[in-house]
Amino acid sequence: MPESCSMEGSFHLMGGDFTNAGSASSALKAKLINSGVAQSIVRRAAIAAFEAEMNVIIHAVAGTLHYLITAEALTITVTDMGPGIEDVKLAMQEGYSTAPDWVREMGWGAGMGLPNISKHSDLFKLDTVVGEGTTLEIFFHLKERNADS
Amino acid sequence: MLTVSAVAEKLGLKVVVRGDLSEIVSGCYISDLLSDVMAHSKDHELWVTLQTHPNIVAVAVIKGVSALILTNGRNPEPETIRKAEAEKVTIMISPETTFELAGLLYTMIKDSQPPQAGLS
Repeated sequence: MPESCSMEGSFHLMGGDFTNAGSASSALKAKLINSGVAQSIVRRAAIAAFEAEMNVIIHAVAGTLHYLITAEALTITVTDMGPGIEDVKLAMQEGYSTAPDWVREMGWGAGMGLPNISKHSDLFKLDTVVGEGTTLEIFFHLKERNADS
Repeated sequence: MLTVSAVAEKLGLKVVVRGDLSEIVSGCYISDLLSDVMAHSKDHELWVTLQTHPNIVAVAVIKGVSALILTNGRNPEPETIRKAEAEKVTIMISPETTFELAGLLYTMIKDSQPPQAGLS
């Protein structure tokens, strides 16, 4: 992508909409590929986006997934109207989850969501207010794309 | 190189949704936890699972798996089939248990790779 260009957009996420789970992340993945983002970064970004999307579907009423692609970086911001996270340290611990049993039976809620996002991104910021919602900002450096592709 | 169609033929798998059967099979990942598959499966691997709901298609697309295999003769839900057809994700069914199928796949995939490379 030329230095001066940027591209952004957003997807609406509905809490409880398991049927369409992953469609925002799949659409984002396609946009990243079309924008010429390196395959290794697309792979990591798709995983992080999907985990963030699932968190909204599992825990929140609704949310949005916004992306901004510039020459330097990809930023994915997922904001939700949800219960918020009471104990961020616990939520970041692999294996800890507050998902209900029926969600776990589907193979989600293994307590790997936030750790997966953290592991696959370059930088990750979490703002949460209990009773109001959560905002995740997930960053990927695109300048390094030649180095790690 | 091993392909999805070769795996289907050799193991007598029932192909319920036909995606790209010429897709290469580089390995296999077995898990029923979707986040685990997201974190650890690799491009062009088969994914063996007991899960039958539509989210397995979304995970397969995000991860670029070569095909899904459901074990114990489990059938995908109708919505899963619909999504897989739309996304061209191959879904196959094995009557074997996951353990039995894993053994068969392990040998087949190992034999298809150069001796020094082994299973990744």
